[in-house]
Amino acid sequence: MRLSRRRIVLLALVLLLAAVPPAALLLGQPFYVDLLRRVMIFAIAAVSLDLILGYGGMVSFGHAAYLGVGAYAVTILAAYGVHSGLVQWAVAIGASMLLALAIGAISVRTSGIYFIMITLAFTQMLYYLGISLDVYGGDNGMRLPMRSQFGGLIDLANGTQFYYLVLVLLVLVLLLVRRLVDSRFGLVIRAAKSNEARTRAIGLSPYPYRLAAFVISGGICGLAGALLINHTAYLTPDLMHWTRSGDILFMVILGGIGSTVGPVLGSLVLLVLENALSNWTEHWQIILGPLLVLVVLFARRGLGGLLWRGEEDA
Amino acid sequence: MNLQLVLEQLLNGAQLGVTLFLMAAGLTLIFGIMNLVNLAHGSFYMVGAYLAVTFYRWTGSLVLGVVLALPATLLVGVVVEVIALRTLYERDHLDQVLATFGLILFFNELIAIIWGRVGLFINLPDWLSGSVQFGAAFAYSVYRLVIIAIGVVVAVTLWYVVARTRLGMLVRAGASNRTMVAALGVNIRLLYTLVFGAGAALAGLAGAMAAPIYAVQPGMGDPVLIQAFVVIAIGGIGSIRGALAGALIVGMVDTLGRAFLKPALATLISPPAAQSAGPALASMLVYLLMAGVLALRPEGLFPARGH
Repeated sequence: MRLSRRRIVLLALVLLLAAVPPAALLLGQPFYVDLLRRVMIFAIAAVSLDLILGYGGMVSFGHAAYLGVGAYAVTILAAYGVHSGLVQWAVAIGASMLLALAIGAISVRTSGIYFIMITLAFTQMLYYLGISLDVYGGDNGMRLPMRSQFGGLIDLANGTQFYYLVLVLLVLVLLLVRRLVDSRFGLVIRAAKSNEARTRAIGLSPYPYRLAAFVISGGICGLAGALLINHTAYLTPDLMHWTRSGDILFMVILGGIGSTVGPVLGSLVLLVLENALSNWTEHWQIILGPLLVLVVLFARRGLGGLLWRGEEDA
Repeated sequence: MNLQLVLEQLLNGAQLGVTLFLMAAGLTLIFGIMNLVNLAHGSFYMVGAYLAVTFYRWTGSLVLGVVLALPATLLVGVVVEVIALRTLYERDHLDQVLATFGLILFFNELIAIIWGRVGLFINLPDWLSGSVQFGAAFAYSVYRLVIIAIGVVVAVTLWYVVARTRLGMLVRAGASNRTMVAALGVNIRLLYTLVFGAGAALAGLAGAMAAPIYAVQPGMGDPVLIQAFVVIAIGGIGSIRGALAGALIVGMVDTLGRAFLKPALATLISPPAAQSAGPALASMLVYLLMAGVLALRPEGLFPARGH
């Protein structure tokens, strides 16, 4: 295995994340376990977006929808007394994939600006749907009655156990995305991104491949939603607010698009920065906004571009 | 269902349609000509509303407030274009979306710092707050009729400027081949800045006129922006005709859906079920409409020519 700089960054990041709970315990700062668990959950969402954005060139401005559907699936099942984590999470992933299939069937046929606007609009639609679902809290949201249960094997109420579960899932998702990108399937997606006409000319229709990638991405993001609702234990339609889709997109760009590890780095930096800024001033967004503009204008390849500049995309 | 209610909702739909058209026209022009996706367009709507309220409070006249808000929003638009967006024209849509998303965060927070997070409310002056009597049984708000009238005037003016003047000719030429227009000696940069400022002013006008009807608060432009996106996706991006048709369709469908979907459902399914399904479905209606239109015509109803 060639130890590229990107792999080193990834390994260092995973080791760093694994060391957080004992370090937090030592420092007497349990808050950091909470913060970094949130970071990793959003990293899973960002990695799922990077699969279609970085490798497929599909700019989805609606990934908050799958986050929301995953969370709603878990909460609704829990409200009807189904607490089994396996069932809940499977339904969360399945429902997100179905939704991605429906949205993708329409949006993947389009490209560019249409794709951005359609994914944005559908997420807004689900946000309004969430608000009007009075049975499940409507605008105010509702508490998750009980965290997902895994038959005493893993206790999500235990912050450290939950933390390591999320870490393991993040690593699994990273491996899965890597495998997908390197497979024949991934090659077609990447080919269609770099030159659609040539891809067609060699006899491959990009549409089914793109749609499949879109659905897989939605499923992974749905898993992140199931984790997020267990993390916050409170369901609100704000999970699907369109600015959240923007946040996830920003994480991918900030970390470095199409690089697997980039989105993890991006969510780490964005959420830690957000946390630091919001401790400092209530008006932290007035700093974050222009910062975002500057990143887009001057750091086009994100933080990853600085760390592994010039390396082959492999 | 009585006739007055239907008439009233039709006029409400026209009023929403006009507001959406003012937003969508700028958005679609800026996209058609500069190839720029501008998420911050909703911020100009918000800035227009706040400036109108402020000028209204200073001068005591709503008309003056709205009239002063127009050039002020245009100026804000020009400043934003020159400082932040000019360099983005050549970039891909992803960069544009993210940078303008950053601008939204900035504007929402800036407004919250200057005016606070609590919504502002203003009262209409007496001569606008009444209603006009049509026949014996139907009356409609004067102010909403004024909004519809202004919208029609703006739409006709915009059509005239784009289709019949030299400036409009340059705008149309810039949309179909900007390199050629620049090669012919037209200052394309200035033209872009002008178009951007005009688009911002139109959004500001929509916001300023909406100020007395809706709550003026930070982030008020965001839902309108997304609806305007739906409008231009339905109408066809880059086409003003499409923006007009899309705005009226979305305005009508949204308004009529909210008013009549619940009673209509109640005749089909049990009233309690309609009570909860009606509003949910009504708020989703325009998006479902968009999905339907795009499934049949991915380029929208009136695709722009020359692309």
